[in-house]
Amino acid sequence: MMDFTLWDILRNLLLAARWTLALSAAAFIGGGVVGIAVMVARIDRRRPVQRGAELYIGLFQGTPLLMQLFLVFFGLPMLGLRIEPWTAAVLALTLSASAYLAEIWRGGVQALPLGQWDAGASLGLHYVAQLRLVILPQAFRITRAPTVGFLVQLVKSTALTSIIGFEEMMRAANAISNATFAPFEVYGFVALIYFAMCFPLTRYARALERKESFAGR
Amino acid sequence: MRYDLDFGWLADALSLIGRGAATTVLLTLVTAVVGAVLSVLGAAGRRSRHAALRHVIGAYVEIIRNTPFLVQLFFFFFGLPSVGVRLDPFAAAVLAMTINLAAYGTEIVGAGLDAVPVGQKEAGMALGLRGRQIFVKIVLPQALRVIFPALASQVVIMMLESAVVSQISVRELTYEADMIQSRTFRAFETYFVVTMVYLALSIVLRRLMFAGGRKILGGLS
Repeated sequence: MMDFTLWDILRNLLLAARWTLALSAAAFIGGGVVGIAVMVARIDRRRPVQRGAELYIGLFQGTPLLMQLFLVFFGLPMLGLRIEPWTAAVLALTLSASAYLAEIWRGGVQALPLGQWDAGASLGLHYVAQLRLVILPQAFRITRAPTVGFLVQLVKSTALTSIIGFEEMMRAANAISNATFAPFEVYGFVALIYFAMCFPLTRYARALERKESFAGR
Repeated sequence: MRYDLDFGWLADALSLIGRGAATTVLLTLVTAVVGAVLSVLGAAGRRSRHAALRHVIGAYVEIIRNTPFLVQLFFFFFGLPSVGVRLDPFAAAVLAMTINLAAYGTEIVGAGLDAVPVGQKEAGMALGLRGRQIFVKIVLPQALRVIFPALASQVVIMMLESAVVSQISVRELTYEADMIQSRTFRAFETYFVVTMVYLALSIVLRRLMFAGGRKILGGLS
């Protein structure tokens, strides 16, 4: 048994929390970019394109994130693609996040009056320009609250990547817990740090929601 | 590299997959029933006259909703023994899942309670019913009818999240998947098949809950 003070434990966890934040940021950016593509496919007028996007969303929302991580990390190497834990973590979280973000933002697009599309068309804008200049900015605006709310889910789900060996906070916690025999304190601290990262986001999402419901009146 | 998919192991592994799926379903059912009851109690408690009770439940909901399920699970399974509470893996899994579901459920049921018009309560009082009777017979059934789809979705989410309880050696679906792939060296096929089993479970579970809910609660809006 090694001598670890509580401060040692906390300091090491905080150092590892950087990777939790980095992974969350990477997955949010990746998920956002892919999510826009999935959402645009989801509202496409062509049936097969729409169905394809629906299938994608259903698949990622209807299966455990842990299985998706395992498929990417243990499955892809068998198909001949070697993959690092960091890459596997970003890839799996990006795919999963894109499905959720696509659904959230689709809700925003469909909440807009159809006249917004017509207005864009009457200005001579083609489909892509209507989307980019008229529809998406408004859709993002009215879905800010659920988007921030989803960010909380995303930060929490990074803990799962410890299972495939990515060195984020939860992985560090497991190692420290094994070294110190102080699991109660270690996992208590981990919960505290996650709380400190997520709670402000939760509060912010709630504030946005309240603002939105007043603006809608 | 060429890779030939091989599902030849599937026939032998079917009983393991079935057993694992049964455990996943059992975990989910126990969690859903206990979690739903706790959600109603939590939502009622959060609207009680006692400020201390309201704050305790509020803190519980926020702590659970802002920390990962995996951390909660490890805290209960690895952390509690050092303060004298030793749980076997299945009990720890049920405890963690129930506490997690109930936190989200408290919020969901609470939103339903708030959505019931005050006039309904007044109508109950006009009929001479007392506080608890009004809650159980008039307000709660209407609230549940409104929030049932959200509660059912939360149960499905919990079922999917239960995959991580394999990490404390509960022999559910993901645990059996690990066993099978370490024996067959067919990681891709194993995880693919098991992922599809989860997908089927989530679709069937959702359908069954909606059908059951409609039967018990009457027409769903």
